[in-house]
Amino acid sequence: MSRSRLLPLTGILVALAAWQIAVSSHPASLIPGPFVVARGIGELAARGLLVKYVVASLFRVTWGYLTAFVIAIPLGLALGLIRRGEMAVNPILQLLRPISPLAWIPIAILWFGVGDISAIFLIFLASLLPLTVATMNAVHNIDPVHLAAARNFGIPLRARITRVLVPAILPQLIVAMRIALGVAWLVVVAAEMIAVNSGLGFLIVDARNAGNRYDLVIAGMVLIGLIGIILDLMMRRMERLDSVRWGYAAQ
Amino acid sequence: MKVQFSGISMRFGAMDALQDVNIGVEEGEFLCILGPSGCGKSTLLNIAGGFLTPSKGSVTIDGETVTGPDRRRIFVFQERGVFPWLTVEGNIGFGLFDLPEAERRQRIAQYVHLVGLEGFEKSYPRELSGGMKQRVEVARALAVNPDVLFLDEPFGALDSITRLQMRSELLRIWRAEKKTVLFVTHDIEESVQLADRVVVMSARPGRIRRVVDIDIAHPRDLSSRRYIELRDLIFGEIGLAHQV
Repeated sequence: MSRSRLLPLTGILVALAAWQIAVSSHPASLIPGPFVVARGIGELAARGLLVKYVVASLFRVTWGYLTAFVIAIPLGLALGLIRRGEMAVNPILQLLRPISPLAWIPIAILWFGVGDISAIFLIFLASLLPLTVATMNAVHNIDPVHLAAARNFGIPLRARITRVLVPAILPQLIVAMRIALGVAWLVVVAAEMIAVNSGLGFLIVDARNAGNRYDLVIAGMVLIGLIGIILDLMMRRMERLDSVRWGYAAQ
Repeated sequence: MKVQFSGISMRFGAMDALQDVNIGVEEGEFLCILGPSGCGKSTLLNIAGGFLTPSKGSVTIDGETVTGPDRRRIFVFQERGVFPWLTVEGNIGFGLFDLPEAERRQRIAQYVHLVGLEGFEKSYPRELSGGMKQRVEVARALAVNPDVLFLDEPFGALDSITRLQMRSELLRIWRAEKKTVLFVTHDIEESVQLADRVVVMSARPGRIRRVVDIDIAHPRDLSSRRYIELRDLIFGEIGLAHQV
């Protein structure tokens, strides 16, 4: 096995061992060791909750994130291109940006009640701002020479958007999409703790409330971490596309 | 006259970038605009390209006043003008959006061949050298069959050997394609090697000091008496003693 795989694996094994040793030396603690947590994950799988909760969380993230994406990209492009629009809208964006999406939970529940829509709304908000701002900034960063060349060749507006504007911002946009998806995944867990009764966030709260099942609490945490990594790896794959690699510093 | 500059003046704030520039360019002529940095030569080219509007005066091409960029006259920037997200093929075919696919393919192949980039059709600009990128940009410009080419210090970022090769390449293409070329440079040798006429400009405000006819047939012998005479004439005109 190559060193690039061996070292991370060693790191994980050492961490798991340290965890087990710490738990074994404090038998009174409620925190379970890795084997108990693994059994917890097995139990969730056997009860059919594993797939159900993972799907529920991914379902909310998908809808919230995609809705945000569909609105943020055209909005960001328009704001990036139209200086006056940016001057009008940017202060609002900047004001909303430092507000944690979680601060919207009471309003989400007020508007949409307890249920999927509230959770999706929170994920939507969490993804919308970073995607919009990143798109806008990416448009500002386009090399003016490329825009001038596109104008010179007199290509129609639609082609100018699809063949110049979008590919020019794509490298930066993919990075923003990755970050936004990470935030969306953070937010779904929090939203599920409050607004719904399924999903990995709900699992964590429910396991604690229903009899201090800390093995399931940590099982939920581990699952959240693993799925987060998988989502990030999927987004990273896009950075390797031939048509965007120019936008990243040479390796 | 193919291109006519009439009474062009350009102010940027309090700075006079150009003052009363008048010059005509003949069809098929290779005109070099030469001057020190900040003499407004690039501004002048951008005005002709339709990217800037002069404060006074106008440019006409075929008797038509220039009001904006036009695909009949293509501007070639330094090599960074190529689109990094498109392959060599994609770049060269960029302006050919209104051609049927078969004709587009054929035209791309023709210009890939003209600039000698066979085998690199599917390469991305990041995989090419500076000189190759510059070839891609020239091919992209020529592929739409413009009648005027504007080149703004196109070889400025290349090493001196590649620059020499690119010059003879450009001359070969110019003779094959018979375009009117306006070429901006701050390199005296370059202007004498390439141009039919050299417009020597002075700085702040930018205006024409002198127009020098380069009456040497191509290919030019860079050690001929006439070449050295003309080169020294321009050196003198710019106020440089020809000594290092």
